[in-house]
Amino acid sequence: MIGLMSRDLRVRVIMAVCIAVIAKENYPLYIRSVPTQGELKFHYTVHTSLDVVEEKISGVGKALADQRELYLGLLYPTEDYKVYGYVTNSKVKFVIVVDSSNTSLRDNEIRSMFRKLHNSFTDVMCNPFYNPGDQIQSKAFDSIVAAMMVQAC
Amino acid sequence: MEIHEEKPIIYTMENKPIVTCAGDQNLFTALFSSLTQQLPKEPMEWRRSYGRAPKMIYLEANFVQFKEDLLPKDGNKALLTFPFLHIYWTDCCDTESYKASVKEDIQRWQNVLRLHGSLDWLIVVVENDNKKKNKTNILPRTSIMDKIRNDFCNKQSDRCVALSDPLKESSRSQESWSSFLIKVRTLLLMSFTRNLGRFEDDMRTMREKRTEPGWSFCDYFLVQEELAFVFEMLQQFEDALVQYDELDALFTQYVLNFGAGDGANWLGSFCHPVRSWNGLLLRRPIDMEKRDLIQKGEASLLELRSYLFSRQCTLLIFLQRPWEVTSRALELLHNCVQELRLLEVSVVCGALDCWVFLSCLEVLHRIEGCCDQSQLEANISHTVGLWTYATEKLKCLGELCGLVSENGPNSEDLNTTVDLLAGLGTERPETANSLQSPYKKLKEALSSVEAFEKHYLELSHAAMEMYRAIGRLRSARLVGKSLAEFYMGKGDPQSAENFLQESLKSYVSESWSLPITHTRKQMAQCQKQLQKMEEYLQTSALLASDANLSDDERKHFCQEILTFSSHTSEVKDQRVALSLSSLAQLQELRFRPTSALVHVGAALQLELRLCSLMPVPMQVQQLSASVHFALEQPGATAHKRSGQNPAGTVTFPATSPMSLSPALELCEIQEHSPSDNTLSSAGMICKNMHLLMRHQDSTTSVDTPNTAPSIVTMEDGAQMLKSNDVTLLPGNNSIIFTAPTEKAGTYTLRQMWAAVGRVQFLLPHIYPLVQYDVYSQEPQLTIQPLTDNLLAGLPQQVKFTILTGHYTVKKGDALQMSNTDCMPVLNSSTCSARVLSSSGDLIGESVLSIQSSEKVTSISLPLTPPYHTLEFLLDVLCHIPSCLARTESGRLTNGQINHHSRSRTRFNSGMAVVDQKVSVDCPWSIYSTLLSLTFHVPFKVKHSLLSAGQRKFIQVCLQNVSDTNFLLRDQMLTENQHTVSVELQALGGPTASLVLSQQCVFSVWEMKWSGTPPSTLDCQFSAGFAPADTSDAVIRPYRYDFMLERVSTVYSVRAEICPSAGEQHCHTGALCRLEVSLTRLSEPDDTDRCDEELIEAEGLRTTRLMYEVMDNNSNWAVCGKSSGLVSMPVAAMATHKVQMEVMPLFAGHLPYPNIRVFKYLPHHTSPVIPPDTDSCLENDSLSLLDKGLEDQGDTASLRSRGSVHSVGSGEQQPRGLPMPKREPFASGQVFVSTQSRQVLVLPGTDDHVLEVNVT
Repeated sequence: MIGLMSRDLRVRVIMAVCIAVIAKENYPLYIRSVPTQGELKFHYTVHTSLDVVEEKISGVGKALADQRELYLGLLYPTEDYKVYGYVTNSKVKFVIVVDSSNTSLRDNEIRSMFRKLHNSFTDVMCNPFYNPGDQIQSKAFDSIVAAMMVQAC
Repeated sequence: MEIHEEKPIIYTMENKPIVTCAGDQNLFTALFSSLTQQLPKEPMEWRRSYGRAPKMIYLEANFVQFKEDLLPKDGNKALLTFPFLHIYWTDCCDTESYKASVKEDIQRWQNVLRLHGSLDWLIVVVENDNKKKNKTNILPRTSIMDKIRNDFCNKQSDRCVALSDPLKESSRSQESWSSFLIKVRTLLLMSFTRNLGRFEDDMRTMREKRTEPGWSFCDYFLVQEELAFVFEMLQQFEDALVQYDELDALFTQYVLNFGAGDGANWLGSFCHPVRSWNGLLLRRPIDMEKRDLIQKGEASLLELRSYLFSRQCTLLIFLQRPWEVTSRALELLHNCVQELRLLEVSVVCGALDCWVFLSCLEVLHRIEGCCDQSQLEANISHTVGLWTYATEKLKCLGELCGLVSENGPNSEDLNTTVDLLAGLGTERPETANSLQSPYKKLKEALSSVEAFEKHYLELSHAAMEMYRAIGRLRSARLVGKSLAEFYMGKGDPQSAENFLQESLKSYVSESWSLPITHTRKQMAQCQKQLQKMEEYLQTSALLASDANLSDDERKHFCQEILTFSSHTSEVKDQRVALSLSSLAQLQELRFRPTSALVHVGAALQLELRLCSLMPVPMQVQQLSASVHFALEQPGATAHKRSGQNPAGTVTFPATSPMSLSPALELCEIQEHSPSDNTLSSAGMICKNMHLLMRHQDSTTSVDTPNTAPSIVTMEDGAQMLKSNDVTLLPGNNSIIFTAPTEKAGTYTLRQMWAAVGRVQFLLPHIYPLVQYDVYSQEPQLTIQPLTDNLLAGLPQQVKFTILTGHYTVKKGDALQMSNTDCMPVLNSSTCSARVLSSSGDLIGESVLSIQSSEKVTSISLPLTPPYHTLEFLLDVLCHIPSCLARTESGRLTNGQINHHSRSRTRFNSGMAVVDQKVSVDCPWSIYSTLLSLTFHVPFKVKHSLLSAGQRKFIQVCLQNVSDTNFLLRDQMLTENQHTVSVELQALGGPTASLVLSQQCVFSVWEMKWSGTPPSTLDCQFSAGFAPADTSDAVIRPYRYDFMLERVSTVYSVRAEICPSAGEQHCHTGALCRLEVSLTRLSEPDDTDRCDEELIEAEGLRTTRLMYEVMDNNSNWAVCGKSSGLVSMPVAAMATHKVQMEVMPLFAGHLPYPNIRVFKYLPHHTSPVIPPDTDSCLENDSLSLLDKGLEDQGDTASLRSRGSVHSVGSGEQQPRGLPMPKREPFASGQVFVSTQSRQVLVLPGTDDHVLEVNVT
């Protein structure tokens, strides 16, 4: 049914409004949001989403098959945003906040965004001058994130 | 498409498929109850079209009397009212009545059915035994069946069934029933398959037309819902839900397309302004009001969504999936809000909040209604989202309606409230009696400030508790923070404080800087209102240094502190302690001097570099650090200061807000056992455990010290670093402290504080440890050579170093050195002393006056302050001890030879060493300082006695063992006893020669005598030497004394090798004759008598000699006895001849085999060989010439160890056994003339192989 109706309707859609990388100890390693909206609000949102991330991580242990699944799916929706989570094997968390009105983003696209983010994060970690646990200041990482937040036409 | 209002069936949703009954109504009525009971008892497999999985299904039916009205007219798509099966009942058993009425009746019935295209019918013939009995003339029953089949069931014989004795309890009856029921079920399912399939095809066709103009979603909605109804009717809830989900998705897609600019016309009807927002209604299975609106095409978006959701909810609850309801509900509510926004539907402000609030509560009530308490508690995570959403919305409404402000709502707010309440309409009848209905709650909450607060708090607390219960603490705190904002708005900071505190703690513990800043700002406001000045100032200090804030905001908070600090309080001496970390960040502490180790009273400066975090320059009246003083521990002087690098810098770890905990500082420890220094344990320790542990304990946050430390004011007596009136500019600052150094010991910096008026910024612990040491030192004198090795016999410079320590060198202080003959101090005219400061800077230089008297040399010292170094150089000369070979001894300055310190003289890489002790009286001590200097003797001399027949030569070898080249002059050998008969004649050689380092000079003297040769000779070798590289060096004497004994030759050994008879030359492999003749050259004198064993026999004195012929080079094979004893008459020129046979093994000029002669001592003589300490060991008089220097060195070292053993004594006899002994003669006593003689040996005649050895 949905397939019948879906057409490529992605016209000037913001992909993500906020992207955050959170350390194992739950402090932010990197957080960036679209400048038009309140940065603070996203900080609160991302911080609160850690509750669900933790819940999901601890739940993952129950199902062995899921242990290798890093994508945590939709953490929680709010009226305006959808918050998605992803956790690396070293328990570094990625959180992507998407505008609720942005319905063109399907699960697969979110997954691929996380994958890209993870790859770039791995590059950051491989940098011998990067101290694990420090704030991420890599320009390459920044540009990857910026590309995910840019308006896609 | 008409649904009559009076039909109640849809309301109850206890619909069953309709089956019509025609024919004999009485008959059916009798069977009705068993039929309705029996039909659903067994399931039937329903095979379905489109590849859908077959299902087992329990069938029920609603049996109604057949009316023509029931048959759907053309175009009517209603499925619920569709009769799926038509049954004609008859118990006719005789042909007449059949023909008379029944057949006609069936005909009519069939015609009606055919007219409406219904193919699903069944004729039941009930057979009754009672009836048969009454009528005797009955036909066989089959005949009626056959007739009916014949008449109506053309090729469909299964459309007519018989039911026998249905009211009897017989096996026949049961069988009949069961086959009948199976038939009914099969036909029903066939009908479903056919009719639903057709319906679905029609529906699909309709859907495909959706792009055509005039297509209506509402119409389509009702059609598909019909299908859902039928599935629901058949208890196929899953299939029913699928229908609604499809409708949901279809609608959603349309809305999205609309948002993307692809609008459908029919959507316009959903874009009307929202007028009613009375929330979801989930208590009815079907909300007919809304369904009617949909039917009429008048439903708004919210109404359509509400209706759709209520149906989904009903089905999900049937499916026992209540938790899906909650998650779908949340999604729906979010989605509706988005959709309205997307469709740009005009909504009264707050209306959606009302709708969402009511809907949340309605869903929660619905779920609570179908689950028990334990289920609810286990699934809080599913419901808490709705609770929070409702709370948020209520708060929005409260703000909108002016219910959260301190003053309460104004008239405008009241108007808004009235408008909002109007949109709610009247309460629905279902909840009218319930006290806690969402409708009542909302109405009440909006009615007054107090009621709002009550409801809002109730919801907030419920949400928080739920979050806590499932461990979502961050979410709980966020709700709490929201609650705090509410309290602040109400002017109730007291209640807000705790929530803010808790939130802040959470953000701080996880280092989320923006939330920290934001919450802290709220906290500051709260604390200000509460008049908690100290906390407020602390928060202000943190905010003033917060980089996330704008400059203006930071200045504001900074000003708050400054205002307070300058304000004089009514209570005297009321001081407020704040954390220094918010004022400034310590970066580095530098010691000057960098060693952080100074002597008592010395200047020690500390440069503190800190980064002021304040936005404006801060006037600090006093910046001070308390210092803890510990007395110097004698054993612990070498303790390592942690964190203090060799450059004297302590770097404070950057307390970045992001690093959660201070870095682990680990170090390795090893514990050695005190007895044998073996490793007893090894491990790691964490040096900053206290910091790490404190961090774990979340109750005391480092950033917000709530209680002021009690050590704010320090007692005056304590040591302190102080700097007054410092201006801390924003950014980096450097402050210099002068450290107290009055007492010796270890000083540790403990606390630091900055006083700004009444405010003190305090750092309770300075970490890492900052320490400096102050020491006090005793004066010390050392003497060191300037060169690596001091050489004896030459003037050498030594350096005197005096560390004054705490002693001040006063005028007239002098060093008194005891003089010694062995090492005089040479008075050099240009002798100056340098005075150095403790850091090594030259302070002064002055000429030293040295006065020597007979006993002491007095060196008067220049004035030197304490903790300085005094250095001067002095030339000393150490005389070479003349006869080193005999007396190797240390000497004291008083000239006494200390025999006990023999071991002090060592042979160090071939150099003899003299340890010269110096005794100095220092002005600071009543005791003499005893110092030791080591001098190396530059030469090593060896002598040897050489013989040629009876002529004697003395060879002296002088080796330069130092690294200096020397010029050697006037080498002389003198005989000490001045025996007239002895003359020593030098044999050639220059008088002056150069001895390079590590080289030797040999000189030979021939000893001539008249009369009897001297038995012993006491000689002295003397030479003058001077360093070769300095031209006008003073020539210093060198002397070497030695003693020669048994100088004269006693025996002469001659030997001759003669070829065998008849041969002119020796041949390889041929025996030759070796004739050895021993001749005594001299009469025995007194000295010989004691060593030679004389045997008196037949008036003739003889001595026994042992000879031995051997060839070390394997040139000769000695055949027969190679050694033997001879008795020699003790008389001059007595000769003894020995003959033996030898065989040359090689051809060429072969040296003679060795012939050695020993004294032979019989067993009864004492086996102890008297050690002859200084006799030369060479028994082969000329062997020295062949030997290299190394060999001489070896013998020298052998001698030096005092181990004397006879060369050639092959086997050492065990001591004490009475065995005969042989003893070698002293060198020079035996002269072997064949030494170095050669004899020509020709190759053997039969040798065909010529062996050539090339070496």
